[in-house]
Amino acid sequence: MLKQLFSVLALVASSAALAAGGPAVKLDKAPIDLYNKESLQNGARLFQNYCLGCHQMEYQRYSRTFRDLGIPDEVGMETLAFGAKKVGDHIKNAAPKADLAKWFGAAPPDLTNVARVRGPDWLYTYLRSFYVDPTRPFGVNNTVFPLVGMPHVLQELQGIPYKRVEKQMIDGVEHEVTIIEADGTGELSKEEYDRAVADLVNYLEYTGEPSKLESHSLGIKVMIFLFIFFILAFLLKKEYWKDVH
Amino acid sequence: MFKNLMSWIEYRMPFMEKMNLHVMQYPAPKNFNFWYFFGSLAMLVLVNQIVTGIWLTMNFVPTAEGAFASVEYIMRDVEYGWLLRYMHSTGASAFFVVVYLHMFRGMMYGSYQKPRELLWIFGMLIFLVLMAEAFMGYLLPWGQMSFWGAQVIISIFGVIPGIGEDLTLWIRGDYVISGATLNRFFALHVIALPLVLVILVFLHIIALHEVGSNNPDGIDVKRPNDGQTYENNVSDKFKFHEYFTKGGKKIIVDAIPFHPYYTVKDIVGVVGFLIAFCAVIFFVPEGGGFFLEPPNFEPANPMKTPEHIAPVWYFTPFYAILRAVPDQLFGAIFMFAAIVLLALLPWIDRCHVRSVRYRSTLHKLNLVNFVISFIVLGVLGVLPATPTYTLIAQIASVAYFGFFGLLWWYSKNEKTKPLPVRLS
Amino acid sequence: MSNAPVDHGRRRFLTIATSVVGGVGAVGAAVPFIASWNPSEKAKQAGAAVTADISKLEDGMLIRVEWRGKPVWVVKRTPDMLKQLTDVEPNLRDPGSDEEQQPAYAKNQHRSIKPEIFVAVGICTHLGCSPTYKLADFDAHVEGIASGFFCPCHGSTYDMAGRVFSGVPAPKNLMIPPYMFTDDNTLLIGADEGTA
Repeated sequence: MLKQLFSVLALVASSAALAAGGPAVKLDKAPIDLYNKESLQNGARLFQNYCLGCHQMEYQRYSRTFRDLGIPDEVGMETLAFGAKKVGDHIKNAAPKADLAKWFGAAPPDLTNVARVRGPDWLYTYLRSFYVDPTRPFGVNNTVFPLVGMPHVLQELQGIPYKRVEKQMIDGVEHEVTIIEADGTGELSKEEYDRAVADLVNYLEYTGEPSKLESHSLGIKVMIFLFIFFILAFLLKKEYWKDVH
Repeated sequence: MFKNLMSWIEYRMPFMEKMNLHVMQYPAPKNFNFWYFFGSLAMLVLVNQIVTGIWLTMNFVPTAEGAFASVEYIMRDVEYGWLLRYMHSTGASAFFVVVYLHMFRGMMYGSYQKPRELLWIFGMLIFLVLMAEAFMGYLLPWGQMSFWGAQVIISIFGVIPGIGEDLTLWIRGDYVISGATLNRFFALHVIALPLVLVILVFLHIIALHEVGSNNPDGIDVKRPNDGQTYENNVSDKFKFHEYFTKGGKKIIVDAIPFHPYYTVKDIVGVVGFLIAFCAVIFFVPEGGGFFLEPPNFEPANPMKTPEHIAPVWYFTPFYAILRAVPDQLFGAIFMFAAIVLLALLPWIDRCHVRSVRYRSTLHKLNLVNFVISFIVLGVLGVLPATPTYTLIAQIASVAYFGFFGLLWWYSKNEKTKPLPVRLS
Repeated sequence: MSNAPVDHGRRRFLTIATSVVGGVGAVGAAVPFIASWNPSEKAKQAGAAVTADISKLEDGMLIRVEWRGKPVWVVKRTPDMLKQLTDVEPNLRDPGSDEEQQPAYAKNQHRSIKPEIFVAVGICTHLGCSPTYKLADFDAHVEGIASGFFCPCHGSTYDMAGRVFSGVPAPKNLMIPPYMFTDDNTLLIGADEGTA
């Protein structure tokens, strides 16, 4: 209820802001489920294999990921921790930062908190919105982040994505709809690719706030305690105030 | 044994006598309603900020290089660090919710009127120091919004003619917001302003206890002892400290001792507040992006300005006024005037009836106008300054300042209702 | 006001009940503040167990490994050293290692898992200096004993199982850290079967 209240307020403010700034790409809802350990593990695997080359998570420790995702330390160090010496190391790479900034136009940002900055819906849509654009240095552009400097690292999974604009009838009104569709050369089908991106974004949502599940579970206990305390305190107040009324 | 110890202390420092004076034999009007919770809640939030603040200082690194990472360290590596951080960030927003409601109570019931003008002034000083405290605290996490928000607000001082540029340079301690600024804001936020705040709160309560609390009916509970009888006077049941009866010259009507009645009632208020407070802390600490803003999860980057800089929500009404005025200098002047006029309410309001319950319909509507214009300005403050929004902000600013103008005008000969003799 | 008589019993009950629940709440609220003082994840990771490769360890050789900021010695004891462990016992303060200075698996004469591999924290139990390893000239300090540890700060002496001699300032045997063999050539210092 509270979350909805805040979301409504945020929606009002942000949609007003967007309305002022011009039409933005509609964001798809990311299927987040922080209780789904399998999804998180898959997301961690994808991050390590596809993102760690250029990006880091300098605030997240391998030991924390392993513990929260239920991965035994030895298994994790062997299969996921590339370049780490100890299990407590932060998720970093040895990539030359200055060179990366030169090659891509901007240094690849740290991704530990990216889900808190951009929001999971933005990330989920962004990773599925690359399309072929020969005018760009790496041959791809992105409808969510125009002129992005990042190449399409997940291309081998998705296949080569092409953008086209179609006229569609929605609710009796003709709209121009942008469609991005891959050519089928990817390792995964469209549904599988969407699922893989969802897992990756799920993992990013987790690393942004690893304490969230602990916070929710502790929070329920605190709220129950407070409701009991409230009833007692109220009865006590009523009892004493009989003197006054 | 215990009694001997107590009397030994009492002879040297009249602790029990002061407790009686201020708590157990202190007369408080019997009709305090919901609006009267927010004073004690403000004290609770102050204690929360101080205690969680001390604990955060144990792990926070106040340098430009280390600040952001140290907050991540607290959130991830320190046991329950995330909880301490959220208690502090939610507490900051809760402070302003509580303080704004507390101030509005004063406006509704005329608590700023004689003899409580000094009490109101202390309160306004607390409000000013609180805003400075919150502003400095917000720089410390060294996120994108911390940096750029501070950049914008400090440059407002630059509009002061003549000394403006030098002043902003002196405040920053550098040509741009840097570690020098962070270091000094840290010292002010952690010790200097909290000390000032605690002293001001102490003075605020001393001033209150001297004249006694107002109440929703706005009529006095200390009456002259002139022979008038009061039937069913609940105060007859209790013994109040002689300081309030002034050697028999005053009698107490319709008031009750603060303890146990208001201690026990305030506990209910505290627990009710904690339910809302904890719901936010544990489930929506970001407050929909208003309590912890998304850009602040990125480290400060002097080379990259965020798309949309806005101050934290509790500053937005005043920020909207600043932006609504087309001239830089006058925008700043009007922004400060918005607060100064509040402080001058005891003299702007020339009516001698305190509570809105017995004042004219015009006054009721004017108060509604104040609330609406304040909220509208607040919403506009988070939005970008498009021509349409700026026009609305200008209208809302006129409405806001209009509150004071109208009040000064009609309060001189206001048509008020007859005051009751007894509290309801 | 209500004209009914005050029910003192109900008042007392409610006051006590609310106070107790409030007390529980206060204790609960104190938990995060107190717990936040525990070693953070950073401290725990820095204090994590360290591996030591002993494949190249020769007879009589001592290698030093850092664990939790302290020096830990690993020594390959010779058969002569092990024999002398019995000879020195009359001169030791605590020959049976009765004081809790070692894990259960090191509560034996050689104070280790394997007799020939000695692992100990190299800090004198007197005032914290790090004693010197005397491979051959220990008999200058204790007559007739070839090898041992001598602390230069105040002259305390320990045998080749880290047991303290009588009549020296140090009160206890050297501390044996938790450790285990992950294989014949690798030690893990700072963790054992119980905690790993």
